[in-house]
Amino acid sequence: MNMKIKAPAIKLGNNIDTDVILPGQYMTLVDPCELAKHALAGLDLAFPEKAKKGVIIVGGKNFGCGSSREQAPLALKYAGVKCVLAESFARIFYRNAINIGLPVIECKGISTSVETGDEIAVDVEAGKIENISRGKCFQVDKLPPFIIEILADGGLIENLRKKMK
Amino acid sequence: MNITEKILAKASGKKAVHPGEIVDANVDMVMVHDLTGPLAVEAFKKIGVEKVWDNQKAVVILDHQVPAESIKAAELHKTMRQFAKDQKLRIYDVGRGGICHQVMPEKGHVVPGTVIVGADSHTCTYGAFGAFATGIGSTEAAAVLATGKIWLKVPEAIKINVTGEFQKYVTPKDLILSIIGRMGVDGATYKSTEFTGPTIKGMSIAGRMTLCNMAVEMGAKNGIIEPDETTRKFLEGRVKTLPNFESLKSDKDAVYERTVEFDVSKMEPQVACPSSVDNVKPISEAGNTPIEQAFIGSCTNGRIEDLRLAAQILKGKRVKDGVRALVIPASQEVYKQALNEGLLEIFTDAGAIVCGSACGPCLGGHIGLLAADEICVSTSNRNFIGRMGSTKASVFLASPATVAASAVTGKITDPRKLEAKA
Repeated sequence: MNMKIKAPAIKLGNNIDTDVILPGQYMTLVDPCELAKHALAGLDLAFPEKAKKGVIIVGGKNFGCGSSREQAPLALKYAGVKCVLAESFARIFYRNAINIGLPVIECKGISTSVETGDEIAVDVEAGKIENISRGKCFQVDKLPPFIIEILADGGLIENLRKKMK
Repeated sequence: MNITEKILAKASGKKAVHPGEIVDANVDMVMVHDLTGPLAVEAFKKIGVEKVWDNQKAVVILDHQVPAESIKAAELHKTMRQFAKDQKLRIYDVGRGGICHQVMPEKGHVVPGTVIVGADSHTCTYGAFGAFATGIGSTEAAAVLATGKIWLKVPEAIKINVTGEFQKYVTPKDLILSIIGRMGVDGATYKSTEFTGPTIKGMSIAGRMTLCNMAVEMGAKNGIIEPDETTRKFLEGRVKTLPNFESLKSDKDAVYERTVEFDVSKMEPQVACPSSVDNVKPISEAGNTPIEQAFIGSCTNGRIEDLRLAAQILKGKRVKDGVRALVIPASQEVYKQALNEGLLEIFTDAGAIVCGSACGPCLGGHIGLLAADEICVSTSNRNFIGRMGSTKASVFLASPATVAASAVTGKITDPRKLEAKA
């Protein structure tokens, strides 16, 4: 995947849980494009329409808390979310997102520095985030090389396929 | 080292590990269920390996939408049955198991000192037996099925020291709600939570499972309790060989990020109000909310001890008109025990419906869903918006005693007061 991302932001609050990202009633859906139609259905039914041209989600604390359902990051990814930036993540969501090739970056102070609609540029490998609309830059700790490698391969499965050959 | 560090060091072939260190751990057991399993199977097939790394170390449990409530669910179950058959994995099908987190220890798949991962966030329940257990996603479960390994960051640990004796009708569920209320839903994110102290030492396995089950609700990587005689008594006859528990005790000089103290002796029943698990109030400040549904069950509170407590309150009483009460034993074993003890008759006489062992209304994907503006008081573990059905419905979390008392009065009720009236 491309490690340099540019897209407008959609700002969300604290403790966005996986039940609002993908409600339990859609858990029997298997096709990611079908899941995407219900992304964030617990919070904003119009989200898939807003996200389809590509967006970066900016969350508050504890993004993705709750269930281990990988359908949550999958729904976001296929709805058009290019990257999730947040003050902090719930750990299972964080791993799941990386494992399906959706970049997630913890960035202190991001939620108070971005409004919905701001143009955001992210260099995943370098750990650089820029709010182009407001001229603000953030440098975060770089992700460990093996995580960058998983993201670059587009997810854990592609990464393992290469390794197990 | 503390117990979590000891287990992770052993699993990664090291003498010692330190918080923040990333280790490549050998996995002793992996579990997938009917909602997370199918994605794992799809991912497993894409990796390009033929066989699961060790078919004695992987278990499939159908529990979330059983018996199948839709054709889609039936197809997912079929996928899992076929995968289990092809890979010669142990599968607990409809009527043979129950909720995964109850079945795993009951059937001897949880051994103290081992590393267990499951494609379900409440996998942390098995910490009640002194195992390192944590939830993962489907893709990662596929990777574990292929390789038997997982990378883990050694967590910092929080010691939760509990003292005092519970008052009548105050339970481990009230304790964990109180803990989460104080710590916050991200109060233990990425961390290990180790429950310790005289109250924990005197607590039943059921109570310990309730505590560890909800560790994830404060963001914890795992909840854990040192195994002891209570653990041994539960596991003997279920697990082939038990390890030496002496090596599974936290050292006196073990390092903790912090220690938090809880005294249960004056604790009153607790309720987590909508729509966050840390929105916890003592029942005296949360009481009297009218309810439409009362749910007793789930991996948090569907064990025989929970059903006995609920039955003690419901015996000879009726569920209030206008309220539907659902009772779901956590497993077939619990169901049979409840049947033999006459508990199911008490529930039925009271006007509650007893459903087959499964996750039920907890995740809002199977039975017992809520309509807009309805309110449920539940023994389960999450009260998020839309968790049990409509995004306009509300869920309050409480103990089996509180839920049973509330079913009788039709409003959220302190079980101690119901008894005083009777």
